[in-house]
Amino acid sequence: MASGILVFGEATEDGRLNPVTLELVGAGTHLGGPVTCALLGSGVEGLAPECVAFGANKVIVVDDAALAVYQGDAYAPVAERITREVDPAVVIMGQTTIGRDLAPRLAQRLGTAVAMDCVALQMQGDKLVAERPAYGGSARARYTINGMPQMATVRAKSQEPLERDASRQGEVVKQSANLSPDAVRTKILERRKEKAEGVRLEDAKVVVSGGRGVGGPEGFQTLEELAAVLGGAVGASRAVCDLGWYPVPAQIGLTGKVVTPDLYIAVGISGASQHMAGISSVKNIVSINKDADASIFKASRIAVVGDWKEVVPAFLAKVKELKAS
Amino acid sequence: MPHIICLAKQVPDPETPASQFKVDEQARRVMPAPGVQPVPSQFDTIGVEAALRIKDKVADTTITIVSLGPDSSRDTIKHCLAMGADEGVHINDPAVNDADHWATAEVLAAAVQKLAPYDLIVAGRQAVDWDMGVVGSTIAEILGVPVVTLAKDVQYEGGKVRVERVLPDGFETVESPAPCVVTVSNELGEPRYPQLRQIMLAARKEVKVWTVNDLGIPAPKNRVNLEALFVPETKVETEWIEGDTAAEKGEKLAVLLREAKLI
Repeated sequence: MASGILVFGEATEDGRLNPVTLELVGAGTHLGGPVTCALLGSGVEGLAPECVAFGANKVIVVDDAALAVYQGDAYAPVAERITREVDPAVVIMGQTTIGRDLAPRLAQRLGTAVAMDCVALQMQGDKLVAERPAYGGSARARYTINGMPQMATVRAKSQEPLERDASRQGEVVKQSANLSPDAVRTKILERRKEKAEGVRLEDAKVVVSGGRGVGGPEGFQTLEELAAVLGGAVGASRAVCDLGWYPVPAQIGLTGKVVTPDLYIAVGISGASQHMAGISSVKNIVSINKDADASIFKASRIAVVGDWKEVVPAFLAKVKELKAS
Repeated sequence: MPHIICLAKQVPDPETPASQFKVDEQARRVMPAPGVQPVPSQFDTIGVEAALRIKDKVADTTITIVSLGPDSSRDTIKHCLAMGADEGVHINDPAVNDADHWATAEVLAAAVQKLAPYDLIVAGRQAVDWDMGVVGSTIAEILGVPVVTLAKDVQYEGGKVRVERVLPDGFETVESPAPCVVTVSNELGEPRYPQLRQIMLAARKEVKVWTVNDLGIPAPKNRVNLEALFVPETKVETEWIEGDTAAEKGEKLAVLLREAKLI
């Protein structure tokens, strides 16, 4: 009889735990547990104790060179085998680049379904009820799944991890990947980083974000200066990235990054729901826009109607003055 | 001579003004806004663009558009044909009007198999109505072919597909044997706009219409239940900064944020 929660955790490329892993363990606990956390990768064995400290009752580690870099053909069969062995009622993983790729493949292999990009999960009896944004974030949909296990991918930072408790006990088991040599049909030829310097968008407490209203790539230099003074990171709307004004990794929105800073300063952004989906849980949105009817103002705590080219330099100068005093 | 199959879905226009976006909570449907025409899902036309870029380079490439939907989906197929695709298949069957993503994937996979041989299946990374992002990968698993997601560039050469895909901090290039599924993302670029000549030529391109029976599969079952659909409440108290000049507003903003201890 299928029972318990299986979490597929994730390691970052520099060998740390992706924080969504601990959020998922927390969510799994709130769904009733027990929580088994699976860690696939290379050099990930050392991350297991942290999963236990944050509430995993069991950790399955598959530490294998073949899993060093994500490929669906390698991860899907391993994930399938683990899931069949654990026989959970619910499987959850992060709505990350890996999760978006792995979850639908795993669901089909198991003959079940997955609710993607969920922001709320609860159990009603033995049914998982998964709530997720739809229509670019304009609507919310709630699903139940006719299949076992019931799967969901979960938006980062939508769930709370438990308090860390080093005294927690949990079983850690190691398994081999056991991948057949012809399992992986694809080949990674090349990888290249295009990362902005400084604070990571996902971790930044302050984000300064530019939209089409910035008018061109040059304007982003001012936004970068502002972000630097505020100790934050620079984001961009999808329109801006599509126009090539700012690098793709800075894109914020439904198909870009979801960010949760304490303060989000939107410059020249109209507020398309697809963009708002990237900042849906931000409490303090400040918007600067020439257009008093811009829909972003409805979601903003502070609204400044004006040309950013005049607002932002004055704002920046005053900020520097206040910080100096 | 690669045969590329592009999956295309017609959706309510995502540019529908927020004030006109309404949900019928009883029926669990979005109510079509009066006078707002449905459109092809944007990532799907980007997929057609990816296929056309291959066709521009590789001689004798043929592109088939496949769409599952009611009568109006024909317009989406016509749009893709007007972009430059060669033929269309419209799966139009009341039996699958309420198909969920998994029933949809089963139907589309059966259509793809009926259209074999094929070298590449291109889908959008997600449809811009439900934003699930599962159909392309599910079809790949049904067909037993590789899938490469989040493509910003797709090349076809000598039985291999080379995809540059978007990672959180950069990009990677993945090679797959054909046939495979590729899902595309907006980083690939703008889909070409149909020119008048292509629109006229499209009128003569064939669009086959199939039912689920024609595909030789039993009516597929849904795997998820939509329990509720609603517009979330957003209550934000907005403070509008006043000032005689934009610069003055900028200064006041700094003071306000400082007082709120946000900077």
